[in-house]
Amino acid sequence: MKDNSILEKLHCYHCGNDCEEEYLGPDKKVFCCNGCREVYSVLSQSGLGSYYAFNQHPGATKDKISPRFEYLNEPAIAKDLIDYTDDKFTIVTFYIPAIHCSSCIWLLENLNRLEPAIYYSRVDFLRKQVNIRFDNKLSSLYKVVGLLDKIGYEPLISLQDVIKKQTSGKKDKLIKKIAVAGFCFGNVMLLSFPEYLGISKYEQTFRQFFGYLNLAFCLPVVLYCGTDYFRSAWANLKNRVLNIDFPLALGIAVLFLRTAFEVLTHNGSGFADTCCGLVFFLLIGKLVQRKTYYHLSFERDYRSFFPVAVQVTDEKGTEHSIPLAEIKVGQRILIRNNEIIPADAILLKGEAKVDFSFVTGESVPINKVLGEVVYAGGRQTGEAIELEVVKPVSQSYLTRLWNNEAFSRTSENRTKTFSEKVSKYFTIGLLLVAFGSLFFWLPTDFHRALAAFTSVLIIACPCALALSTPFTMSAALSILDKNQFYLKNTAVVEQLAHIDTIVFDKTGTITVAGADKITFNGQVTEYQKQLLYSTCANSAHPLSRLICQYWEGTTRLGTRSYSEIPGKGISAAIDNHQIDIGSRLFIKGGFVAQAAADSTEVYLQIDHQFIGYFSIRQQYRDGLEIIKDLSFRYNIFLLSGDHGHERDALSGVFNPDLMFFERSPQDKLDFIKNLQARGRKVMMIGDGLNDAGALKQSDLGIAITDNVNNFSPGSDAILDGNALSRLPQFFKFSKSALSVIYCSFGISLIYNVVGLSFAVSGRLSPLIAAILMPLSTVTIISFTSIATHLAAKRRRL
Amino acid sequence: MSIIYFLIGCSVLLALLFLGAFFWAQKSGQNDDLYTPSVRILLDDEPVDEEKK
Repeated sequence: MKDNSILEKLHCYHCGNDCEEEYLGPDKKVFCCNGCREVYSVLSQSGLGSYYAFNQHPGATKDKISPRFEYLNEPAIAKDLIDYTDDKFTIVTFYIPAIHCSSCIWLLENLNRLEPAIYYSRVDFLRKQVNIRFDNKLSSLYKVVGLLDKIGYEPLISLQDVIKKQTSGKKDKLIKKIAVAGFCFGNVMLLSFPEYLGISKYEQTFRQFFGYLNLAFCLPVVLYCGTDYFRSAWANLKNRVLNIDFPLALGIAVLFLRTAFEVLTHNGSGFADTCCGLVFFLLIGKLVQRKTYYHLSFERDYRSFFPVAVQVTDEKGTEHSIPLAEIKVGQRILIRNNEIIPADAILLKGEAKVDFSFVTGESVPINKVLGEVVYAGGRQTGEAIELEVVKPVSQSYLTRLWNNEAFSRTSENRTKTFSEKVSKYFTIGLLLVAFGSLFFWLPTDFHRALAAFTSVLIIACPCALALSTPFTMSAALSILDKNQFYLKNTAVVEQLAHIDTIVFDKTGTITVAGADKITFNGQVTEYQKQLLYSTCANSAHPLSRLICQYWEGTTRLGTRSYSEIPGKGISAAIDNHQIDIGSRLFIKGGFVAQAAADSTEVYLQIDHQFIGYFSIRQQYRDGLEIIKDLSFRYNIFLLSGDHGHERDALSGVFNPDLMFFERSPQDKLDFIKNLQARGRKVMMIGDGLNDAGALKQSDLGIAITDNVNNFSPGSDAILDGNALSRLPQFFKFSKSALSVIYCSFGISLIYNVVGLSFAVSGRLSPLIAAILMPLSTVTIISFTSIATHLAAKRRRL
Repeated sequence: MSIIYFLIGCSVLLALLFLGAFFWAQKSGQNDDLYTPSVRILLDDEPVDEEKK
């Protein structure tokens, strides 16, 4: 009985995934899972069917169990999540990772039709946020979240609310300052034109009028827009550091003072245009440097991974939710299926099968017996369990890592950037030339000496130098961004160029979580295949799912009886045949294959006769061979929390002496520290919480992830798993970006030398300054962006 | 030529007005989300027949 009709793959009407099993919904639509079907029926019943009209398969699959949101009913917890509330309505902002298309926007902005109590909802697409205002008499936070979850947009609620921090913290006045500077710059340019073209003798009153106006426009530019430079220069002087802000502040101050002096004494027109232009361009450079990824966060710690609240049972047996921070030693907590254990605790009740893939990288759930300590960070799979907390959250095995000094250190002072290094010498040279010309003219002509001194400070003001780094780096950042490599800030590009040692984590970093390589050893007839497939299809165990995937498209036969022995295997009876599938111990008496060290085996048996076995290996990421290429130029290490059973498989890629297994998170951190003590510039690539310490300690920590919207530990950069193979290109490109900065520095020096030749003689006319400054700026901006893009093209990025 | 004083006064005043308008726009959050409105405008209203249902 062969049935070929299913060979054609069907796509879920809601989410577009391939349907492994078909769920027929209303209107003859096909869905991949029950979740998707329910979302569809909710939407179509409310007349929101247009959701499916704007895009094909707009939904995100709902093939997983939703977490429970009861804790939102606790006022103490809800209070932290709500933006604003009064006795009538409540405003709340949710982060919803599933937002990805115009249908999402449409649906979320029409929530009102599903729940009349919501009378305002607005989506911010790039930030993946929705701002909701609802009537708190008719609805509640719990109900709103429940509704969002029901239509497939589960909000991500975490303790460390990333979104709120981003919106509130970033609101400085840079944009305003640029607006003011641009406004003044434009007006000053306009008013300076008569001066450039020459004003006749009898129009001298205009000249003074324009001069005063220009001075007036300079005031807000210097006193409002330029204050940051003065402040920073002063702070650096106090710390006895000469950074680029010092010559900049000096330049702005001298420009302003000389303008004021010339205008007020009717001695000339001053440098108002240069002054405003300088500040304007500098602020633009600052804006360009500040790239923000709204949907990414580089500052996450364990709190993002942990639930917001935990169910606690007291002596009387009543349950209630409390915030995570209030968990005390001795409390009994209740952990349901798929929930994370937030603190080290002793198992009191229930069968614990804890998945520690989060912490150690080991993906096979571990069975725990009653009375055993379960470490924080594990995810319970299976029935609900009860535990007694033995350590508070912040003192638990995993979270203790965050008390390490690496986390309290500010990340700024890792490596000095090129412009930081060079600006010190630049400033010293500048001051030497300035004072040199001052003292050269002083004996002969006091006015000329002062003019020469101020002209040098004006013309050598390192505007182009200050702009070369931000413009190059922001161009580099956007190129890397297109290649799925997201850097925290522009300084990271330079750090990348200086790296000489790379440390890889294993699980999740060079292996793909969830994508396992499965091979079948043995021979089966088509009928036997159907028998085995049908048995596995009954089971939700990950290994059974893998086998079903492997034999996808096989006809499923009806099972007469089916039983599952957790941790051992499954048995079924089909058409008078007895099928057993499971571990080696489960398949008693039969043939036992030679177990390879680096894989998991699943044994198959029909009617007590051994058929064959599956061996399942972890799948390595594409482009692993690049690590081999990199090893010629870089020192490469492998640090894994896993046992060494994959040592042989990996020895083709890594030097066997440089692979280290069974390393705890603390070991990893110390390992990096040791390397750094030996003068290495270390880059760490990891994915899990267990790498968090090492990522923080390293000179450049890269978190690798398959979905950038997922949580990744705090790091300097986030790399999409698909882009791992481009790592050598990234390295080369960062070096090119650095040489672009060197070149643009050379160009700006040439401009300075040309200008200085005018300046030292004390005969700098405002017109020359007004031409040189924007000209050098434009040259630098166009050179850096063109050169950076060319470099990227050459690296095929 | 003294009309220039008046004209320049007008032009500066006008420019200040625009600057003020920009500040107001910035403060009222019009520039917070520069992407979503571009998608929102492409979303059609419901077809009429669905409305009647």
